[in-house]
Amino acid sequence: MDLANFLIQLLNSVQYGLLLFMLAAGLTLIFGIMGVVNLAHGSFYMLGAYLAWSLSAQFGSLTLAIFGGAVLSAIFGLALEWLLFRHFYHRDHLDQVLLTFGLIYIFEELRSILWGDDVHGVPIPELLGASIPLTENLSYPVYRLFMSAVCIALAAGLYLLISKTRLGMKIRAGAFNRDMAGALGINIKLIHAVVFALGVTLAAVAGMIAAPIASVYPNMGSQVLIMCFVVVVIGGIGSVRGAMIAALLVGLVDTFGKVLLPSVAGMLVYMLMAAVLLWKPEGLFKQ
Amino acid sequence: MSEIVLSAKNLTKRFGGLAAVNDVSLELLRNHIHAVIGPNGAGKSTLTNLLSGDLPPTSGSVQLGGRDVTGWNPEKISRQGLGRSYQKTNIFLPFTVWENVRLAAQSRQPHAARWLSRATGFGALNERAARAIALAGLENRKDAIAGTISHGEQRQLEIAMTLATEPQVLLLDEPLAGMGVAEAERMVALLLSLKKDHGILLVEHDMDAVFTLADRLTVMVDGKVIASGTPTDIRADAGVQAAYLGEES
Amino acid sequence: MSAAKANLEVLPRGVQVALALGLIALAAFPFTGTDFYVQMVTRMMIMAIFAMSLDLLQGVTGLVSLGHAAYFGLAGYALAFLMPQGEAVSLWWTLPLAVLASGLGALIIGFFVVRTHGIYFIMVTMAFAQMIFFLFFDNKALGGSDGLYINFKPDVALFGWVPAAWWDLENKRTLYYFTLAVLLGVYAFLRRLLWSPFGRTLAGIRVNEHRMRAMGFGTFRYKLTAFTLAGALAGLAGYLWGTQTGYINPELMGFHMSAHAIMMVILGGMGNFAGAIVGAFAFEYLLHVFKDLPRIGSVNLGKHWQLWMGLFIVLLVTFAPRGILGLVERFGKSRKAGDE
Repeated sequence: MDLANFLIQLLNSVQYGLLLFMLAAGLTLIFGIMGVVNLAHGSFYMLGAYLAWSLSAQFGSLTLAIFGGAVLSAIFGLALEWLLFRHFYHRDHLDQVLLTFGLIYIFEELRSILWGDDVHGVPIPELLGASIPLTENLSYPVYRLFMSAVCIALAAGLYLLISKTRLGMKIRAGAFNRDMAGALGINIKLIHAVVFALGVTLAAVAGMIAAPIASVYPNMGSQVLIMCFVVVVIGGIGSVRGAMIAALLVGLVDTFGKVLLPSVAGMLVYMLMAAVLLWKPEGLFKQ
Repeated sequence: MSEIVLSAKNLTKRFGGLAAVNDVSLELLRNHIHAVIGPNGAGKSTLTNLLSGDLPPTSGSVQLGGRDVTGWNPEKISRQGLGRSYQKTNIFLPFTVWENVRLAAQSRQPHAARWLSRATGFGALNERAARAIALAGLENRKDAIAGTISHGEQRQLEIAMTLATEPQVLLLDEPLAGMGVAEAERMVALLLSLKKDHGILLVEHDMDAVFTLADRLTVMVDGKVIASGTPTDIRADAGVQAAYLGEES
Repeated sequence: MSAAKANLEVLPRGVQVALALGLIALAAFPFTGTDFYVQMVTRMMIMAIFAMSLDLLQGVTGLVSLGHAAYFGLAGYALAFLMPQGEAVSLWWTLPLAVLASGLGALIIGFFVVRTHGIYFIMVTMAFAQMIFFLFFDNKALGGSDGLYINFKPDVALFGWVPAAWWDLENKRTLYYFTLAVLLGVYAFLRRLLWSPFGRTLAGIRVNEHRMRAMGFGTFRYKLTAFTLAGALAGLAGYLWGTQTGYINPELMGFHMSAHAIMMVILGGMGNFAGAIVGAFAFEYLLHVFKDLPRIGSVNLGKHWQLWMGLFIVLLVTFAPRGILGLVERFGKSRKAGDE
């Protein structure tokens, strides 16, 4: 593999990893802070992608669509938490699995009713449609770099939020000891709602920015969900830092695996997970 | 001369920067009751968890019956002859009292893995469970669901389950917690009778019981041992009075 | 991980009677139904066996596996590989081998998976099942995304001897009764297991694993054994599925199939195996009903069966989390209270 190819695969790994991080960060926060397992997380990714498609057609601009979609997703997340999820924080994991599996069905049908079952493409905005030339024959799409940049920006924002703001401090306090935090006057219910909405929005935005590359199709949620779970397992529940490192690791293993060992590529990531579990059954950075 | 059945040597447990247990050493002799006392947060629960294998130590060692059991997991230590009861009642709430104790006894049953015979049909095992239930005074409650009996009765069940595995060394974490006067008297009498065949390490807050029962005391404050000796020695120790007993009286 | 649920382990008299009646109905059914319905009920019985295998893991031991279908499918694939293109092989050695294959798969994966707890366990069972899915999906040699055909029904001749013409799994009634016999055998075995020392240990692990360890039980070994046994029994169901349908594909090992099994077990009521049977029949029937919904105006209700299914599941978990048998028990208790 020559340098240019290697660079391309490396950039692809990072981009894929960062996208996975967007999804895994929300999932691991929701697991870690509210103790809820959510199988429907992949559905938020799918809903985001379809939103991007329909809104960008409406507004004629992907950027507007992403902003509008993010707001809609946040509202949707708040509503979902208030209506359903908050009543399940104290329930068995099994009940949560069942609830969220039912939601997957419902969301799939909602998607079918609202937007139909066809596969769609979302056009890359003109501004970002160029490619950076690497060699005579190879170039790298600017849009993919843009995706990575957006993910990095959001990751930095998340980091700042959690470690530098008062809201973040309250979130961490709530994760550490729910009852104590409540006794200290921290509005735990609000924190939970905010965290949940944040997770949903991150997942949806991931779907939105990925739409031009990955296209928009039914069931796109379930494939990404499994990868997401693998990232959270490897990284450790509740650890955003773990999610980042695990996501990049998975991105590297998966991307290079497909290129170097195509016959076992599908299995490599799981073998990575198995290896981590043997060493650390609760993930690399378990809180 | 009594042998040492359980001992800790320079046991330390750190959580991040905090040493919950700091260089603790103690020895439990056969046929003795050794009480560990100290204010809340002194590290007594952590020490108990280190001795039972629920937590691995950061440094130091634990010996049980002469063997080094440092870092062993709880089931291995249990099989080596340690029986532990919990401060926060740790029973099988949906099962009957009888089933709770029978299951405990079953842990020592060589054919616990049998798939097709009825679990309740093993005579020797049933006898062992019946003995433990009798010792704990729960015969007339054996068919009650564990989740429905009184708190004091649940504490008795804790003890019964610990006894059902027929350990040589008992590690009891606040066995008297939440008990009424009559129940507590019963438990004290039981512990005194158990002393004959067991070594008992007791973590307790009830000072009257401690001074009645204990042959030796170890006093912990902030993770460290500040005094160790006979009840008379401890009562006279100025440091202990200042740190702990002074607050009580 | 989960709250200690008091499972309905001792079946109330009413439920026992209902089960007995159900058995009689099942035994008599082929004489009244058409071939189509005989096949449908055979399929339901196969699902019931699959659900019971999961109940051992989930209801009794308390391990929620999102990847149980992997072992269901493995046995089906084993049958497909053992069956040559041109003739049928004997059931009498392919069945045990296929079940062994599933059991072995469960043992290997269980070794990694059983060391995790709680949410991790759920996620890794799902992840490993996906791995197996991709193993078959991506490799043409293993059938790929198209799956494999099983050209014949396994031969049930006993060393070449056939007692009568109907002693042949091509005969739909024979397959039906064979499946019924397996269903009864598995049920009887599991009920016995439930009350054995091994079963009591598993129940103890579900209720309070920490205490079990403190009492000296090597809980990892017990959980791994339960995981392996459950996988083997799922394989038994998978073999029968392959026998009935003649076709096996990676979807049968996938996430949706695993989730269906979970729903069957919960719908009926966990931990006593009777609930798994009830749940399997009820779930399959419900799917049938939802998919067959009529058109109202311009809206094809049946086409959107996933919506009704999803809503049903959400309502079920919100209001009746202990399933049908749980409702029966609650109803029975309130009637008793009313009599006093």
